[in-house]
Amino acid sequence: MTALLEVKGLKVQVEDNEILHGLDLTVNAGEVHAIMGPNGSGKSTLSHVIAGKPGYEVTGGEILFKGEDLLEMDPDERAAKGVFLAFQYPVEIPGVATMTFLQRKARGESEYSTPDFLKKVREVAASLNIPQDMLKRGVNVGFSGGEKKRNEVLQMALFQPSLCILDEMDSGLDIDALRVAADGVNALRSKDRAMVVITHYQRLLNYIVPDVVHVMSKGRVVKSGGKELALELEKSGYAQFENKAA
Amino acid sequence: MPAVQETVDRVRQIDVDQYRYGFETLIESEKAPKGLSEDIVRFISAKKNEPEWMLQWRLEAYRRWLTMEEPTWARVDYPKIDYQELYYYAAPKAFVAPKSLADVDPEILKTYEKLGIPLKEQEILAGVRKQGEPSTLDDDAIGGEYGSGRVAVDAVFDSVSVATTFKEELKKAGVIFMPISEAIREHPDLVQKYLGTVVPTSDNYFATLNSAVFSDGSFVYVPPGVRCPMELSTYFRINERNTGQFERTLIIADKGAYVSYLEGCTAPQRDENQLHAAVVELVTHDDAEIKYSTVQNWYPGNAEGKGGIYNFVTKRGDCRGKNSKISWTQVETGSAITWKYPSCILRGDNSRGEFYSIAISNGYQQVDSGTKMIHLGKNTTSRIISKGIAAGVSQNTYRGLVTAHRKATGARNFTACDSLLIGDKCGAHTVPYIEAKNSSALFEHEATTSKISEDMLFYCVQRGLSQEEAVALVVNGFVKDVLQQLPMEFAVEAQKLISISLEGSVG
Repeated sequence: MTALLEVKGLKVQVEDNEILHGLDLTVNAGEVHAIMGPNGSGKSTLSHVIAGKPGYEVTGGEILFKGEDLLEMDPDERAAKGVFLAFQYPVEIPGVATMTFLQRKARGESEYSTPDFLKKVREVAASLNIPQDMLKRGVNVGFSGGEKKRNEVLQMALFQPSLCILDEMDSGLDIDALRVAADGVNALRSKDRAMVVITHYQRLLNYIVPDVVHVMSKGRVVKSGGKELALELEKSGYAQFENKAA
Repeated sequence: MPAVQETVDRVRQIDVDQYRYGFETLIESEKAPKGLSEDIVRFISAKKNEPEWMLQWRLEAYRRWLTMEEPTWARVDYPKIDYQELYYYAAPKAFVAPKSLADVDPEILKTYEKLGIPLKEQEILAGVRKQGEPSTLDDDAIGGEYGSGRVAVDAVFDSVSVATTFKEELKKAGVIFMPISEAIREHPDLVQKYLGTVVPTSDNYFATLNSAVFSDGSFVYVPPGVRCPMELSTYFRINERNTGQFERTLIIADKGAYVSYLEGCTAPQRDENQLHAAVVELVTHDDAEIKYSTVQNWYPGNAEGKGGIYNFVTKRGDCRGKNSKISWTQVETGSAITWKYPSCILRGDNSRGEFYSIAISNGYQQVDSGTKMIHLGKNTTSRIISKGIAAGVSQNTYRGLVTAHRKATGARNFTACDSLLIGDKCGAHTVPYIEAKNSSALFEHEATTSKISEDMLFYCVQRGLSQEEAVALVVNGFVKDVLQQLPMEFAVEAQKLISISLEGSVG
């Protein structure tokens, strides 16, 4: 069986600075992977490169998604193939109602007729404690940090992607907001879907329990293990790995 | 936003150099000799069988114009215009006023067909051709606030109006809607009473030129207490090489009257620049309202900035009576140069002026546009919402004046000017002038400039939108406040135009 996501020897640079120095990562369907590491270790870069954000130059290695070369695809094609990135800082789009935005993206998905789709959106929104009037407001405009993150989870739930990358989902959230968002994510765990959870802190992993934990430092995965690795990190910090990577 | 997919499809069909409306109708035209002189003014007046007072009015304007200098204060840059190199009159040859569309030159009708855009109007034109049959639009789904869903079209082809529809029905309501050249002959009292009272012949260089040589335009008079039963619409089209287009429009809403007027323009492709200097005058009496909407899509020049229309327009409304209202809504996507400031003189107590604008510049376009709200009466209010979008290497300037006279107690204005930049070679500028001579005046001004950020586009494409859809979505969100002010079929049209205008501006 091919892995859902295979990153092999990935080298990435931004303006002549190499950020990822040959990164390997294999994620199978049904698994939840956590990627932890200090600031500047390249976690967000990895998520951006997988999703196809402009501004990064891949100088080596490859990314296969369902066996296909992901780097050959435009970002919208990657999204259509099932790659979803929940943003650390979801972007505001003034004047475009959230519901309109959701409907736009749903175009071409034949399984929902419009009234059914609207109903589905309202249902999922309710389960995430997203008030209905928020759906009428501009995308993320005037949303609190927690609302923005829940809006990301809402979109994830509606588009049913096969790979969800959660970039620092816990940043800016209080415990209650975190719990709601995490419950939304957990509801999406399935044997056909994989998740990559990027975070600084072990806290998030109490709510979204990973199968595999990777530690990143200076552009590489320096250690992988079970969920207990996260607890170990919480105690001893990242310093040991920084030395190792150097 | 169901129109967006269609927009994107359209955008894909279009190349910057293949301006969609860049075709030329092969109708022989009758031109005045090149250049401008008293003789030319007399020629134009004679061609139109004008009464002596009209000729004298024109000549006075011409003599005044000779003493004036072309203004240079706007933030636009263009080669000097040689006014002696232009033609000032062109009419379709062998023109005999048609009694109905059936009498209209098929070439001209074909032109409207090719234009493809006046959605509702085209159906009406087709309906008219069937003669006598009721318009299919009366019972269609548009309904709602558009009432009967009908639009009367006063077609201006080059300089002479060639067809006027719905004339009879308007007549029943007492509404006069006809080419101004006809109104000068048929309603001289009304024309004489109002013409030049909002924009005097001496107003500015281009308005004065217009006063001397104006070719044709629309005249609307809505009698007291009458709500005009349909939207009035005119399509302007410049169609003669090197012909200056000098439209003159005069709209009067008498006490308690209401009228909504739509103006939309497209023009064929040109290598030489074409001068356009229109004048529009609106007058509202007590409790009357005029809503004037424009979608302007003249040829902006090619990818190198060659060609394109020079558009120097003077539009002004006079809220002459108490509780009267004038509202300007414009979507400006075309022209190489736009110099245009639809304004309101708030003379009557409690009168209200509104200006909603979307001005888009791409390629080498230069836009200097805005409004003037002149508060003279007590408790007058005005609102300005301006959305400027600059792409390519274009320059987009909002220039606005809000002023309160000494006696304008309780005057209020709210202004919001937002600019959106696409790419890093364009410019957006905001030049507001605010004067309050009455201490009770309350003026608010808000301005923002933002850039379509890569983050915004990436967020959209990550959710499955193509790059072009993403730009269209973000831009449509940006202009939403103004689009909502347009009559529906115009709004759909405008939305398409906006995306077409920004084609190729990203990525």
